[in-house]
Amino acid sequence: MSALAVRDLEKSFGGLRVTAGVNLVVERGERRLILGPNGAGKTTLFNLITGETRPDGGSITFFDRDITGVPSHRRAHLGIGRTYQIITLFPRETLLRNVTLSLLGLSPLRWNPFVRLERQAALVARARAVLARVALDQLAERPLTQTSYGERRRVEIAMALAQDPKVLLLDEPFAGLSIEERRDVLRLVSGIPRDVTIVMIEHDMDVALDFAERITVLHFGEVVVEGSRREVVAHPRTREIYLGE
Amino acid sequence: MSLWLVLAVNSITLGGLLFLLSAGFSLIFGLMKIPNLTHGSFFMLGAYLATSLIARGFNFWTAALVGGLLVAALGGIVERLILRRLAGAELAQVLVTLGLSFMIADVCLMVWTGDPIRIDTPAGLRGATSVMGLGFPTYRLAISLIAVIFAAALWALLDRTRLGAMIRAGVDDPAMARVVGIRVSRLFTIVFCLGAWLAGFAGVIGGPILSVYPGLDGEMLPLALVVVILGGTGSLVGSLVGSFVVGFLYNFGQAMFPELAYVVLFLPMLIVLVVRPQGLFGRQTV
Amino acid sequence: MKRLALVAALAILAAAPLWVGGTYYVNVASQILIYAIFALGVNVLAGYAGLVSLGHAGLFGIAAYGGAKLMSAGHGQVVVTVGGLAVTLVAAAFFATLSLRATGLGFVMITVALGQIVWGVAYRWISLTNGDNGISIGGRPRPFGLSLASPAGFYWATFVVFLAAVASMAILVASPFGASVRGTRDQARRMNALGYHVWMIRFLAFLFSGFWSGVAGILYLYYNQFVSPQMVALTASAEVLLMVISGGTATLLGPIVGAGLVVVMKNVASAYIERWNFVLGAIFVAIVVFMPDGLVPGTVRLGRWGLAAWRPRAPSAVPAPGEDDGR
Repeated sequence: MSALAVRDLEKSFGGLRVTAGVNLVVERGERRLILGPNGAGKTTLFNLITGETRPDGGSITFFDRDITGVPSHRRAHLGIGRTYQIITLFPRETLLRNVTLSLLGLSPLRWNPFVRLERQAALVARARAVLARVALDQLAERPLTQTSYGERRRVEIAMALAQDPKVLLLDEPFAGLSIEERRDVLRLVSGIPRDVTIVMIEHDMDVALDFAERITVLHFGEVVVEGSRREVVAHPRTREIYLGE
Repeated sequence: MSLWLVLAVNSITLGGLLFLLSAGFSLIFGLMKIPNLTHGSFFMLGAYLATSLIARGFNFWTAALVGGLLVAALGGIVERLILRRLAGAELAQVLVTLGLSFMIADVCLMVWTGDPIRIDTPAGLRGATSVMGLGFPTYRLAISLIAVIFAAALWALLDRTRLGAMIRAGVDDPAMARVVGIRVSRLFTIVFCLGAWLAGFAGVIGGPILSVYPGLDGEMLPLALVVVILGGTGSLVGSLVGSFVVGFLYNFGQAMFPELAYVVLFLPMLIVLVVRPQGLFGRQTV
Repeated sequence: MKRLALVAALAILAAAPLWVGGTYYVNVASQILIYAIFALGVNVLAGYAGLVSLGHAGLFGIAAYGGAKLMSAGHGQVVVTVGGLAVTLVAAAFFATLSLRATGLGFVMITVALGQIVWGVAYRWISLTNGDNGISIGGRPRPFGLSLASPAGFYWATFVVFLAAVASMAILVASPFGASVRGTRDQARRMNALGYHVWMIRFLAFLFSGFWSGVAGILYLYYNQFVSPQMVALTASAEVLLMVISGGTATLLGPIVGAGLVVVMKNVASAYIERWNFVLGAIFVAIVVFMPDGLVPGTVRLGRWGLAAWRPRAPSAVPAPGEDDGR
């Protein structure tokens, strides 16, 4: 049973075919990297998997369950987590509150209009623990607006990790980071246990290659190369796409 | 039988007026992304201004054009001095148009008082014309013709001129339009003035049929809103179709269920929103 | 310290009929409380959910008309109140379903259309609403046998309801559901991905908002003993929105202060100038252009700004490129 499988997935916006018959199978515990130049349809693929975008055709399977018709807000409950290329956190809140909101999303407590959120000790404790995993527990009470970009990138990942996803989709987690910050994030991501399957999109090959076991290369919405790291790096098509045509 | 015919003609007339009113509204919403809540006031103000111009001896058509121009000028001032300051904050812009609508309505009340004012049908278009053996009020036919001419003119503007191409680009993708070099802010002013002119002009043209009175703005605005919700924003065809649908619904509704005219309007809006939120012809969701 | 100030403020408010000079002012105070409840309700949607409605006077009016009709049919005060609120909730569900087909400006536009349709019905459906002549009701209710005919009596009854409203809002804001609502305002897309049912959250917020607008409507009916289409006009929706934005949407105090300001202004203006609508419009424009956060945060900011001139500023992180505020 694969963790995530995508079959003949199609999506067009207006006349533009952004996802053109993509087939993808990610095994449990795998570390998959999705590469491709800008406009290759990588983020759209993620959006299709999380359900934010509805496919024009094809299917999506999650641990052998067809989730193509499952509404997007239910997919988090099934175990799909993701981060975003552009940071989409809650700007007016503290780091602790940001992560608490993430935890709340899967909890029936989120419908409760009577109790005080701050007094939910178990929830808040778990949020602190998640922040500790990304080494940000010292800054728990800091408002998001007073954190650095690198710290926010780590909060992004914390938000997704908080929900104990089975499949974690990381969309360009290294974007905009300094070399040292990249190493920190890489260490963080590499430290995630194997019961979480990770699919990462990256545009920049340097850091991501260290992480990947298998690589899928997208170009104009299609899978053009797929294989192990060594195979893909050596493949002529890969060089063609990245060094110009 | 003849009652239905009369209603049909009246509906087409109202539809024509609504088209003039809502075409501007739809363009403004499509390009600037703001529902211009001052639009009803522009309609009313144009009519009021014309009554004064006519009282001073201007001929009906001149009054219509000049009235429209004065309203357009006001629109231009509003856009450049206030709306442009709030560029990007669309909600704030909507609230401003709301505040302005109250101000304009109150000024009209102050200047022209609360009594309804009739605008006489222009000479030459009074009486009835015989079409296919039936008599129709000439002026109502004229309004329909004017609406058709303007529809064609607007279509030609949007489809055939550079200005029109820029407007369409701005409606489709404002960010890209800027990148390509289109002066979007100047476009905004032009479109806002054009919309205001159309509204003011429509107010005058509608004068002989609707008269002018306080509250006219509040009655026309929801009609324009429903037209745009039905027909889709930024779409000329949508405004045309929507205007006639609303014109028919409103007139027939008023004749058949006089107390429920607004409820009758409500139903198609409901259906469209549930089934196809972007309106019959709109492309982006409202 | 804050708690003490709060208790003191409430005590002062509760004792209002005793220190405010004369029955006219007690009535104004009642009006302020009624509109404060209305504004708080609208703020749940506008401030916490980020959905600005310009049609809420429709719900306010539906409650008042519903109550008036029930009263004319001879029902007792309990039926009138419960029935009026029930009708309002149904209407709110209806409004919500339609207007949530869009967000942002589309939402505003649909609420305007809905509010205007309610006004059109109130104005034209004469056999139901008596049109422009409105509906009068016999007198005020007598909860537990207490008479509310006197201004002071009515004020205190309204004050109790006001306390209930404020308490419910305070609890909601601090609750997990309240956090969900605010989350959908700030990052709807992310909330969706985190497992929140964004539409349902907004729908429920709308119902909550509609409920309190209905409560305010019924109170107004009892206060005024008369309901007319004027109550559901666009100006009425604009007035309550002005209360919310002038006071500021971020706090519970904001709409209350805003209600006070607008009601006082309206009463004062009507006494001296006949041009209330013009003033309303002008203030709207002025506040939106110059003080978009409202007067309460605006004044607080001005205060801090003054203080900051004397103290060095702490360094704050500049938002990095690639930051998005999501919709």
